[in-house]
Amino acid sequence: MNFEEHAGKPLLKAAGIPVPDGGVAETAADAAAIAGRIGKCVVKAQVPTGKRGKAGGIKLASDADEAGRHADAILGMTIGTHVVGKVLVEAQTPFTKEFYAAVLNDPVTKGPKVLFSHLGGMDVEEAAEQDPDAMKSLAVDVRTGVDADALADLVAHMGDLAPVLADLLAKLYRAYADNDAELLEINPLAVAEAGGLIALDCKFVLDDSAIKRREDLAAKGTPDKLTGLEARGQELDLKYIELDGDVGVLANGAGLTMTTMDVVRHHGGTPANFLEIGGEAYTKGTDALRLVLENPNVKSLVINFCGAFARTDVMTDGILTAWEELKPDLPTFWSVHGTGDEEAVQMLKDRLGVTPLPTMDDACKAAVEAAKNMEAAQ
Amino acid sequence: MIVRKTHRVIIQGITGKQGTFWTERMQEYGTQIVGGVNPKKAGTVHCGVPVHASAVEAAKQDGGVDVSVLFIPPLGVKAAALDAIGAGAKGVVILTEHVPVQDVMYVMAAAKERGTKIIGPNTAGGVTPGECFTGFMPAFNQRIFKPGNIGVISRSGSLGTLMCLNLVQAGFGISAFVGIGGDPIIGTTTRDALEALDAFENTDAVVIVGEIGGAMEEDAAEYAATMSKPMAAFIAGGAAPEGKKMGHAGAIVMGDKGTYQSKRTALEGAGVTVLDTPSHVGAVIKEKMAA
Repeated sequence: MNFEEHAGKPLLKAAGIPVPDGGVAETAADAAAIAGRIGKCVVKAQVPTGKRGKAGGIKLASDADEAGRHADAILGMTIGTHVVGKVLVEAQTPFTKEFYAAVLNDPVTKGPKVLFSHLGGMDVEEAAEQDPDAMKSLAVDVRTGVDADALADLVAHMGDLAPVLADLLAKLYRAYADNDAELLEINPLAVAEAGGLIALDCKFVLDDSAIKRREDLAAKGTPDKLTGLEARGQELDLKYIELDGDVGVLANGAGLTMTTMDVVRHHGGTPANFLEIGGEAYTKGTDALRLVLENPNVKSLVINFCGAFARTDVMTDGILTAWEELKPDLPTFWSVHGTGDEEAVQMLKDRLGVTPLPTMDDACKAAVEAAKNMEAAQ
Repeated sequence: MIVRKTHRVIIQGITGKQGTFWTERMQEYGTQIVGGVNPKKAGTVHCGVPVHASAVEAAKQDGGVDVSVLFIPPLGVKAAALDAIGAGAKGVVILTEHVPVQDVMYVMAAAKERGTKIIGPNTAGGVTPGECFTGFMPAFNQRIFKPGNIGVISRSGSLGTLMCLNLVQAGFGISAFVGIGGDPIIGTTTRDALEALDAFENTDAVVIVGEIGGAMEEDAAEYAATMSKPMAAFIAGGAAPEGKKMGHAGAIVMGDKGTYQSKRTALEGAGVTVLDTPSHVGAVIKEKMAA
């Protein structure tokens, strides 16, 4: 789960990392009021995406009036796919240097990794182009936490600043560990003219699998932007992603569902959605069919089951229950294999008068053709 | 690691609904289950085997444990896996999805220190056809897991199952199916599984079932380049949009990271044939084995 800058910075502050004085505003008047209190400030769009500056979402203001005018322009602006609803108004911090610091989960070492670069204030790829050796990294044993000596070595090349940087990275690691972060990043980490290090930005991503033990924290995060249908899927505890095609996809397991989309595309069609009812959701066939049908773009449907944990007879029964009630007029093609398939095939024959196609390719191909025919007929 | 019928297996969470159901299936198939764990039901017998307070206790009383399979909810996984590692298990199969990543990393660090192999999390398990299986795989379905000489590695249980079915329909059989799991951080990577299958008896060809996200397929390709066994791969998620988690926590493309094309290029560069659809697997393996 992504967090906006204003929601991430308190985690740094709590760990003892300085951040500029400031406040969050949802109106220009509130932004002006905060600026009135702190003086020269920067007005920053709060959206969970990078490149805010390039999009015009970050502006300097020398007084409350100017801050209000900037806030007025930034609020309502679209950055990436996000509409700005909040600004962070922060005291301007004159600085002499910008660094990069982060802690993240590393799939290669299968542990936390601390990153530091003397090149800050730009994106990581840009910095790597400028100096491929600039990024220093340290693998950490999550059981014991980060070692002070190892941190000192990591920033030893930073001269006089090495001790304060090592101290800051230790605090950053603590904040990462205490908050089940997937990523906690400061870019830029600045050396203030007045002395000391200060975090001028913060990117915090909470591990989605840890949300259930971090509910208070998660309440401050930015939920993924969902379409109406995706929100319905979430309510039903189903993994549904809306896509722009016209062939509905209903399968079990993430891998098989992605593959069904791929095979639809391989045969010249475009998938209308990702919807999987594997794992614990395999009893939700009824809800799943309803959800697929709610998308008005769907012109045909492929139902592809390959049962392991998820029993194909249970999933098929769920779909048929919804089918018998809704009686949809939609060309639908089945492929059913794996646990419970004999029962499922019999059930389809008895209740729907349908025989599944031999392979998922057959089902996907037939669904693509049916969607094209529907299109031509309209 | 590839679980064999000679391995002594315990089930942590044996008394739950899924634990019970799949323990019975594993026993019917031939998995040598020597005990179970549930601290609240220690001293009882379940599925015909003794229930212990911990894996460490089970290891004492059963004269050693080779493999533990966890049917444990997400927030209990860390303690259960550490218990299994402490019990001296050589392999720990973590089926659970949505285990907090910091817990996973903790388990990985402890396992590395003890030399324990972790399989998963978020895996459906593994099958050694004709011998045994661990997890919740339909191993008992002869039309899918017919014994044979093709090794299969998969991040996805359902798609891996389909790949085995396609191979069997094409006249092949399976030497071992290794389900590695759909999480971004897992104990047994694609490369680890590939190395295990390269060394595994009766395995004359290998099929890799990958997904978008991460760099495990690229890493496995480096090892594949050194192998002489014929190989094919399918990468799921070519039609997936960028920046969305496609059902698995690990299946996400971020910018130019974890893309379908990067994996395809790496595998093809290593001599692995990348399939456009899983249905082609039989024909491709046939052709490569004849060459």
